[in-house]
Amino acid sequence: MAAQKGAQTATVSMTVNGKPVTGDIDPRTLLVQFLRENLRLTGTHVGCDTSQCGACVVHVNGKAIKSCTVLALQLEGADVLTIEGLAPPNGPLHPMQEAFRENHGLQCGFCTPGMIMTAVDMVRRKGHDLDDRTIREELEGNICRCTGYHNIVKAIAAGARAMRGSATTSKAAE
Amino acid sequence: MSATGIGAAVRRKEDRRFITGTGHYTDDINRPGQAYAYFVRSPHAHATIKSIDTKAAAAMPGVLAVLTGAELAADKIGNLICGWMIHSKDGSPMKMAAHPALANGKACHVGDPVAVVIGETLAQARDAAEKVKIDYAVLPAVADPAAAQKPGAPQIHDIAPKNTIYQWSLGDAKAVDVAFKSANHVTKLDIINNRLVPNAIEPRAAIGEYDSGAGTFTLWNTTQNPHVARLVIAAFIGMAPEHKLRVIAPDVGGGFGSKIFIYPEEVVALWAAKRVGRPVKWVAERSEAFLADAHGRDHVTHAEMAFDAEGKILGLRAKTIANLGAYMSTFSSSVPTYLYATLLSGQYEIPQIYCEVDAVYTNTVPVDAYRGAGRPEATFVVERLVEVGAREMGQDPAELRRKNFVKKFPHQTPVIMMYDAGDYNASLKRAMELADYKGFARRKRESARQGKLRGIGFSTYIEACGIAPSQAVGSLGAGVGLWESAEVRVNPTGSVEILTGSHAHGQGHETTFAQVAAERLGIPIDNISVVHGDTDKVQFGMGTYGSRSGAVGMSALVKALDKIEAKAKKVAAHMLEAAEGDIEFKDGKFSVAGTDKSAAWGDVALNAYIAHKFSGQELEPGLKEGAFYDPTNFTFPAGCHICEVEVDPETGNADIVGWTAVDDFGVVINPMIVEGQVHGGIAQGIGQALCEGAVYDKDGQLVTGSFMDYCMPRADHLPPLKVDMTVTKCPSNPLGIKGCGEAGAIAAPAAVINAITDAIGTEQLAMPATPQAIWAALQKTNRMPQAA
Ligand code: FES
Ligand code: FES
Repeated sequence: MAAQKGAQTATVSMTVNGKPVTGDIDPRTLLVQFLRENLRLTGTHVGCDTSQCGACVVHVNGKAIKSCTVLALQLEGADVLTIEGLAPPNGPLHPMQEAFRENHGLQCGFCTPGMIMTAVDMVRRKGHDLDDRTIREELEGNICRCTGYHNIVKAIAAGARAMRGSATTSKAAE
Repeated sequence: MSATGIGAAVRRKEDRRFITGTGHYTDDINRPGQAYAYFVRSPHAHATIKSIDTKAAAAMPGVLAVLTGAELAADKIGNLICGWMIHSKDGSPMKMAAHPALANGKACHVGDPVAVVIGETLAQARDAAEKVKIDYAVLPAVADPAAAQKPGAPQIHDIAPKNTIYQWSLGDAKAVDVAFKSANHVTKLDIINNRLVPNAIEPRAAIGEYDSGAGTFTLWNTTQNPHVARLVIAAFIGMAPEHKLRVIAPDVGGGFGSKIFIYPEEVVALWAAKRVGRPVKWVAERSEAFLADAHGRDHVTHAEMAFDAEGKILGLRAKTIANLGAYMSTFSSSVPTYLYATLLSGQYEIPQIYCEVDAVYTNTVPVDAYRGAGRPEATFVVERLVEVGAREMGQDPAELRRKNFVKKFPHQTPVIMMYDAGDYNASLKRAMELADYKGFARRKRESARQGKLRGIGFSTYIEACGIAPSQAVGSLGAGVGLWESAEVRVNPTGSVEILTGSHAHGQGHETTFAQVAAERLGIPIDNISVVHGDTDKVQFGMGTYGSRSGAVGMSALVKALDKIEAKAKKVAAHMLEAAEGDIEFKDGKFSVAGTDKSAAWGDVALNAYIAHKFSGQELEPGLKEGAFYDPTNFTFPAGCHICEVEVDPETGNADIVGWTAVDDFGVVINPMIVEGQVHGGIAQGIGQALCEGAVYDKDGQLVTGSFMDYCMPRADHLPPLKVDMTVTKCPSNPLGIKGCGEAGAIAAPAAVINAITDAIGTEQLAMPATPQAIWAALQKTNRMPQAA
C-alpha cells in the first residue's frame, strides 16, 4: 500500500529475494501488500481475508508464513523469499516448480505460488520422502479450488524427491 | 499420434508464468493515476434506504468521490439484466425486477451495494466508507426458498407477487399420471440441493479506465466471457457504444460459472472512472465475495419415480422451488429450467417425465450457474431416485441401472434432448472393475471388524454440454446465440496465432488449442500461440462455460484451419506450378500428387505474404482466416462414478476411501488436462456432498460468510482419485469432442450420498453430510457394525 498523503508513515527495510529493499509505508501495510504494491512482486497472491487460503505464502528467514497475517513493519531486517526468487528469472526452474508443471499440479495458477512455497517448506521440515497422507495433512492451510489436490499431491511428492541432491534450496536466489 | 498432437498429454504452455509468479491477473495490473473503489454494502437483508449522507465521507482525506444509486440513475446507467426469457405455464413472461448497479431506494440482500467511495488509496477509500451515513428502515426478510411463496412472506419486488418469478413446467403431466397409476413401485424423495458459494480462489476484480480524448472505455475484468460483458455493458447498461468499449480478461484465477455474469462492481468501476477522470480499481475481499458473487444450486425438490414389476422405469415427476436470490443474475433463469429439467431422463429410457419449477426471489445473494448449473441438481434427483428405488425393491443398484440404460442412439427423451451417442454399459462395467465392486462385501466385513460402516454408491450421470445450438436455445428463450468463433493468423515466417472467443481460466487452452493446430498443420507446438480474452484482438466470442470450449470453440478452430489449408494450397499451387486440385497437404508439407515436388509450410506462408508467385488478380495475398461454428446439437458426456466411504459411527465422520470415475468425453485432446478437470469437478462435488453449504439465518444474514465458516474442501478431505475413460465419438462436431469441465461436479454428490446412505442404512440424510448430520441420522437407525 502506498503511503497516504498526510498520513503517518514509517520506514521498513528488509531483504527480498536476495536484494535489500526499503519502503516508506502506512504502518497498517501487510507484508503481502508491501510485496505486491511497493515492490510490484505480484506473484504472491491474496485469496482471502481470514488467513485460510495460503495463496500468500512466502518464506521469512527460511520458514513459510502467510504474508497476509504479518505487518511489513514487523519484518524489519528479515530475509524474505517469494515465488519470484525461487529460481533465477531466465534460468532453470526450481525442482518443485518443475514438478508442478510436469504433474499438472495447477490449473488457474492462482493458488500455485503459495502451494509451491508451502511445498518447499514442507520438504525442509519433513524430508524428501513424503507420503500421500503427510502431504494432504500438511496442505491444511492451502486451498485450491481447481485441481482437487490430486495432482498437487503428486507434484509435491515428486518435487520433494527431485530436491534431494539438487543444490537448489529455498535460498537459491541468495 | 504425434508427441504434441491430438491425444497427447502435452505439458502446459501457460504454466511457466504461473509457477514463477509472473502471471498477470487483474489485481496484478496497476494503471497510471489509478484510484480505488470501496463499496458500502447493505448490512440488512431487506431495507428501505431513507437517506444517504455522503458529506462526511467526501471530506475525508484522499476521497475523490462518493457515489450512490441516485447519481447512477441521473447518469442514465441502465440496470443489470437476465438474458434468458422464461415463460410461465400460463404464458406470462418471467418477472424481472429492476437491478441497478447501486441500490436505489431499497436494499434487497446483505451485501447489496448502496454506495461507492473512490479514493486515492484503498485504505483511504475504506476509511471514508465508514463515514457514509445511511438511514435504513429495516423490512422483514425471507431467505428460505420454500418460505418465499407462503402467505405473509415479505414481498421483495412489486413486479413479482408472492416473490414468484415464474412457474414453469416441462413434459406431459397427464401422461406421467397414467404411468404412475400402472406402477408396481413408486420411490419418493424430498431433496434439498444445498446452496453453494463458488469461491474461485482469485477474488473478482475490475479496473475501469476512460480516455476522454478518444471517448473510449477499457475494462480489465475477471470474466469468463469478455465479449458478452462488453455487449451487455454497451447495449443494455448503456455505458458506451460497443466499439468504444474494450474488455480485457487477463489471467483469470478460476471461474466455475461465477465469473460469467455481469456484476454491479465492473459497471461502477467504468462509470466512476469517467466521473473522476482516473482509472478506478476494485478488488473483492473474500468476505465481500461471499456477499457479492452469485451463489449456486439452492433447490428444494419433491421427486417420484415409478417402476414396473421388473424394475423398468415408467415415469418420473418432480416439483422444484429454485431460489434465484434478490435479483435475477445474467443467466439465472435458464439454470433451474432448460439446464435442469431437460436432464431428468439421466442415462435411462424413461417414457414419461414431468417437471414443475417455481423460481423465487429471496433476500439473498443472486443465484446463477455454478459448475454443472442445473445438471448436478438433475443428476442428484435421478441418481438418488434410482439408487433408493433399487434398495426399496431389493435389486442390485448397478443391475437396475443397466436394465434401464438407453442402449440405442439417437435417443429422444421426453424432455427435449436427443442423445446422439454413448455406451453407458461400458463406463459402468469399467468403473465396477476398477472399483473392485466384487470385493466390496469383503471390504465391508473388514471395516465392520474395525467398528466402521462401509458403503458404496453409484452415480451414472449424463450432461448436456457443448452449449449450444443457437437456434435451439433461441427458441427456448436465450437472448444470445451460443456459437463460437476462431481466427487463424499465419505469419510470413510460418508461426501461427490462434484467436479464440473461448476464454481459459484454468482449462489450458493455450496448450490444447495449439495441439489441434499443430496436428493439423504439422508444425511444432512452440510455433503456435493462442490469443484470447481481449475484445480488441478477438472480434467476438461467447466465452467459456458449459463445457463448451472444446466442442464448440475447437470446432470453430477446425473450420478456420480448413480455410487456411484451402488458401495455402492455392499459394502452393502457384509456387509448384501445379493445379490446385493436385496439391496434397500432409505433415506440414505441400506436395504435388504423384511427383516429388513439394513446398514446406514455412515457404508457403512466406509466399502468401511476399506474393511474388501470383498476381493480385489470381489470388489475394496473406494467410489469415476466421470462422464461426454453430453446433447442431448439444453434446452428451456421460459416465459412471463410484464412491466408497467408511463411516465412523462414533463420530459420524465419513471418510471417502475410494473414488472411481469412468467418463466418456468423446475424443480427448489432452488426457492430462482432461483428468485434471475431472479431479477438480469431483472435489467440488464432494465438497457439496460433505461440507459446503451457504447458510442464511432467518433475518437473511449469511452465517457462512468466510473460509472460517464455509467449509472449502481441503486436501485431506479428498482421496486419491482413480480416473479412466471410455470413448464414443460425438457425431455432431468435427473433432468428436463432448466436453469434460463439469462432469465431476455433476456426478459426485449423488455418488457420495448414495454411498453414505448405503453405509448408515437410512435415506434421511441431507447435504452437506457433515459428521454431525451423519451421526444424527445414524441415531435413528441404530445400525451398528456387526462383527463378521
Ligand atoms: S491471503 Fe493469506 S491466507 Fe489467504
Ligand atoms: S489452480 Fe486454481 S486455485 Fe489452485
